[in-house]
Amino acid sequence: MRSGDTRRWLRSVAGIFLKDLRSELRTRYAVSALVMFVVTTIAIIMFSLGQEAAPAEVLSGMLWVVIFFGAMSGLSRTFVMEEERGTAMTLQLLTPPSAVYFGKLLFNIVLVVALNVFTVLLYLFLINGFVIRSADVFVLTIVFGSLGFASAATVIAAIIARANTKGTLYPVLSFPILLPLLITVIDATKSATEGVPLAEAGGVFQFLISYIVVLTTLSYLLFEYIWKD
Amino acid sequence: MNAPITLRADGLRMVFNRRVIFDGVHFALGEMQTLLISGRNGAGKSTLVKIIAGVLTPTAGSVTVSVPGSDGIFGVRSLLGLVSPYLALYEEFSAEENLKQIAAIRGLPYDRDVAHDLLRRVALFQRKDDPVRTYSSGMKQRARYAAALLHRPPVLILDEPMSNLDTDGVAIVREVMAEHRRDGILIVATSDLSDVDRFDERVDLNALR
Amino acid sequence: MALRITLGILLTLVLCAGIGFPLSQNPQHWYELPVIPGLEEKARLIFFHVPTAWLSVIAFLTGMVFSVRYLRRRDPMDDLRSSAAAGLGFMFCILATLTGAIWAKFNWGSFWNWDPRETSIFVLLLIYGAYFSLRSAIENQEKRSTLSAVYSILAAITVPFFIFILPRITSGLHPGSKGDPDGAGPVVQFQMSPNMRVIFFTSLFAFTLLFIWMFQLRVRAGKLEMDRDPQQAS
Repeated sequence: MRSGDTRRWLRSVAGIFLKDLRSELRTRYAVSALVMFVVTTIAIIMFSLGQEAAPAEVLSGMLWVVIFFGAMSGLSRTFVMEEERGTAMTLQLLTPPSAVYFGKLLFNIVLVVALNVFTVLLYLFLINGFVIRSADVFVLTIVFGSLGFASAATVIAAIIARANTKGTLYPVLSFPILLPLLITVIDATKSATEGVPLAEAGGVFQFLISYIVVLTTLSYLLFEYIWKD
Repeated sequence: MNAPITLRADGLRMVFNRRVIFDGVHFALGEMQTLLISGRNGAGKSTLVKIIAGVLTPTAGSVTVSVPGSDGIFGVRSLLGLVSPYLALYEEFSAEENLKQIAAIRGLPYDRDVAHDLLRRVALFQRKDDPVRTYSSGMKQRARYAAALLHRPPVLILDEPMSNLDTDGVAIVREVMAEHRRDGILIVATSDLSDVDRFDERVDLNALR
Repeated sequence: MALRITLGILLTLVLCAGIGFPLSQNPQHWYELPVIPGLEEKARLIFFHVPTAWLSVIAFLTGMVFSVRYLRRRDPMDDLRSSAAAGLGFMFCILATLTGAIWAKFNWGSFWNWDPRETSIFVLLLIYGAYFSLRSAIENQEKRSTLSAVYSILAAITVPFFIFILPRITSGLHPGSKGDPDGAGPVVQFQMSPNMRVIFFTSLFAFTLLFIWMFQLRVRAGKLEMDRDPQQAS
């Protein structure tokens, strides 16, 4: 790409990202539904646990269950909305597939990071017995875990959107792809509750970064086949 | 828009769900030339339009649009403007917001004066700040024209240009078409054959199954 | 023809040997299998469980290769091959999971333990399930072929993780997991005597031939169906 093209492409990616953001802020469909979803799910967990002190493994796992279903509720919207409204063809006319992919990936990253921060804070506040001893490990896990979620969930969202399927297929398709990520971050979260120092947990972040890189690259390469008719 | 532009189609064939929609579509257009795509409803006019616009890949054959210096990752997107009943705008946004965002997504700067002139031309200036979902179908059609013309494309493709339009709307479109014939390539797909003699080339899909 | 004959002979041999050969503490004859402490008669399952697990992975990778070809050339036959391979893989995966669960019940006390290898085969089952759910949800043939091809390629990158990385980073029940000093790969090598090894690898080979034969049959049958009724969802 020549330099003029690059600048144009970046403007396009920003344009798509901002359009999705503005649309969300204006209609606020997703944000309110997602917030309520997270609140409800954590409330259910609280009631289920009752007075019981659940072990750290269980609480670490449950956190990511909430995050997983939150992601499944929110991350498909960016593509499904275009299909439902009929604006997919409009986007195809305006800009190349790579810009669409990165613009929407960016939107999903912002969405999932915001949602996860909210989820984690609420969880820490409400769930007894969930105590983080290595804050640095925990924060990095949440950040890289969220990026991993975004990178996997975005491309699957594109697939189900183009397939015009009901939303129930989204978790079905996403779960196997996300499982390596989930296993890793749940384990890392458990380590964070135990106070494992950052140096020891380093391998986890290596894995997370490679997961993110591999998935984003593969998604980018495959996206054109999903997007074009 | 002053560089010589050519648009040609070679051996376009479209098979969908094992049914042949059309086969052997050829045409070649240069500047100031016009093409009429005719055929009854369901003959494949909109399908052919999508292929020419680059949003659908034909089973066989190719469409080549060439303007010197137009390669790059955006391809021919800057050269084409499309109006079609299948083209949706973002209804939660106003007409002007749509135009701004369309420019941004194209990666092009937004010229407010050009946009306002255009909105006036399609008689939407008064309602330019209202969300598109509040528009009548005629207004939405006119908004599509604004979106298609904003980047001043040399090639204009109109699929059922007059659909949903009242007499005033039709007059606007005729004026747009007349102006475009003067310095660009105009392609019209319609089942209405009242203007058939005014086109340089014609592809009749009724005959090409 | 030759394939079928070879296949028939080999499989019969493997079945007879695997099930029929007696165990003895000190194997003297070529047809005697050693007694492996802790496994004894149950060791016979290895001739059948491992090949089915192996095939479920091979089938998946085969499907992925044809998926890549389909995206390149858009030949409906490649999509047919991809889904034929996946269908077989699904079946073998179910068999592997079931035989594994039976083994687990006899050896470790319960049908399912979330040991890393068990988890891997379960994930593969989920991937197959997801692949076919996706296929059945799309009516248009080109879209179905394209999107399922993309998904199978995406899913394929998780397979190395489950086969190679996960069993090593978490300890597990299977031989070859972390905590097992021999640390073997997917083909487990515990104390197999030479004649056991022969039977085992013959079984592996025979099952692979079985897969190839069934795959060819499915592709041929699928082509006939395709010619007769172009819109058949598969």
